[in-house]
Amino acid sequence: MTTTKAQRVAFGETLVELIDQDPRILVLDGDLANSTRADIVANARPERFFEMGIAEQNMAGVAAGLATLGFIPFISTFAAFSAKRDLDQIRVVIAQPGLHVIITGAYSGILTGKTGKTHQSVEDITIFRAMPNMTVVAPADDVEVRKAMHALVYDLNGPAYLRLTRDPYKTIFDDSYHFRIGKGVVLADGEDVALIGTGEQTVRCLEAADLLAAEGIRAYVLHLPTIKPLDEEAIIYAARRTGRVVTAEDHTILGGLGGAVAETLGEHYPTPMKRVGWRDVYGESADNNALLEKYGLTPRHIAEAAKALLK
Amino acid sequence: MEPLTPQRLKELEEVAARVRARILLAVHHAGAGHVGGPLSCTDMLVALYFHILNVDPNRPDWEDRDRFILSKGHSTIALYTVLAERGYFPLEELFTFDAIDSRMQGHPDMTKTPGIDMSSGSLGQGLSPGLGMALGARLLGKSFRTYVILGDGESQEGQIWEAAFVAARYQLDNLTAILDYNGLQQYGWRNAPGEHMFPPIENPAQKWQAFGWRVIETDGHDMAQFTAAVEEAQTTRGKPTLIIAHTVKGKGVSFMEDQYDWHARVPTQQELVAALTELGQSDLLAVSQGGD
Repeated sequence: MTTTKAQRVAFGETLVELIDQDPRILVLDGDLANSTRADIVANARPERFFEMGIAEQNMAGVAAGLATLGFIPFISTFAAFSAKRDLDQIRVVIAQPGLHVIITGAYSGILTGKTGKTHQSVEDITIFRAMPNMTVVAPADDVEVRKAMHALVYDLNGPAYLRLTRDPYKTIFDDSYHFRIGKGVVLADGEDVALIGTGEQTVRCLEAADLLAAEGIRAYVLHLPTIKPLDEEAIIYAARRTGRVVTAEDHTILGGLGGAVAETLGEHYPTPMKRVGWRDVYGESADNNALLEKYGLTPRHIAEAAKALLK
Repeated sequence: MEPLTPQRLKELEEVAARVRARILLAVHHAGAGHVGGPLSCTDMLVALYFHILNVDPNRPDWEDRDRFILSKGHSTIALYTVLAERGYFPLEELFTFDAIDSRMQGHPDMTKTPGIDMSSGSLGQGLSPGLGMALGARLLGKSFRTYVILGDGESQEGQIWEAAFVAARYQLDNLTAILDYNGLQQYGWRNAPGEHMFPPIENPAQKWQAFGWRVIETDGHDMAQFTAAVEEAQTTRGKPTLIIAHTVKGKGVSFMEDQYDWHARVPTQQELVAALTELGQSDLLAVSQGGD
């Protein structure tokens, strides 16, 4: 693992890369480009960048209209807003007609740069997962952001939600990594417990696996960058292999990754589980480490959940 | 567009009377649906689809066609009927309105019905996709125009004003919005008895002008005047145009006109006969019985 560039920077750079190879790609911004880093497009390719102002409902509708003409618009705003300020617009003119619009949620989860509960998105995965036709993707690092964006443009013809983070953390993939929509990625093998993560929490699952290894516990680590469609086969395999499952997400444990895994296992292969994530609460403003600690999202919390299952 | 000759105008008025009759027949047959709003925008839809819009019923997906969005999606039976009269699909299909597996859904569905350019139904949403289409046309260097019919009731939605601001900001003169200004929404209208009931938007001209739009007022039931307003919009440069079409909800059937309870009411057989007789379309009653 090495230090890395932020997912949001990878997002902006990949947009330029896509724009340069594909005339269909457009970016719509809700007055947050210098935060979401859609400003990389505004500066480099201004003719493909459209400022929609602080008006998310209209932005979603404009994207739908553009998509009917064959464009592939990326809507860019914070996850806290992209899942909620324009939810009905996304439902009626994007998801129901199945239009190829990519909704990006920047600054997802709890690590939003000391902005507090209004800007933290606790329930965006749950909301978009529940929406028919919607694909939901939460990459773990900058490399996966780039690969996922290419896949959402070229391997999909419908709406998608792309969940991104603010701060640089760690890069776990290299350029040889092949992202496939709807497929999980096994990152470590072990037979004592399975750690299933999405987004940046997958990196913390790997760190938790190291903590467990120090105590002689062998963890299987499964990364699910796509929460919908869900790789049920990979989840069931992980449960069969280990008999114990911990899920980890920077998101509420209700209806997100933990909920999705529990639904799958409850129906196909009942398995003892722990869900690590926000426990039905809203957050607050503080620095990253303090937030991860207080809301139970650190590698140690994931390792402790695993050990509780092993007792 | 071609000049609207007196002869052509007369033909369009005959189409509009037939469309009104078929709307009532379809709603009567379905046992559900809206009546007042569809009759309010019928004349404008006929003028658009039979005279103004550059469209081809045999190629509903033709990429250079003019685009049309019915933002007040609950009036969709009027649009279906006009599309059927124009030849997009068989007239008999109107009798499947609201039925299971039908292409004639209760609100417009672009994935099901030939000729529907955008889904709608949740109010206040139609102008934004129209803005996207107009912006996209400019990017593609295409000359097609985009038209959106808005309800006056749905103009209470904030999204309409978001779109109004942004469309003016982008100087989209290829975008025309048409306000079906009948003054009557589901639970509020001018001079309503309750203080808690308020009518649709007041002083729309002032508001839209303040947002940077060209505003033209017209009679939404006078197809010659309406067509002239659209021609004026087409020659406007540097800003989008709003046509305020003064209309009467339930227009064309005396006992439905300006009556709030005809917003969404199904006519009885007796009312159907009376309405079609008034419209001079009682011969279509036979079609209705055949359609059953």
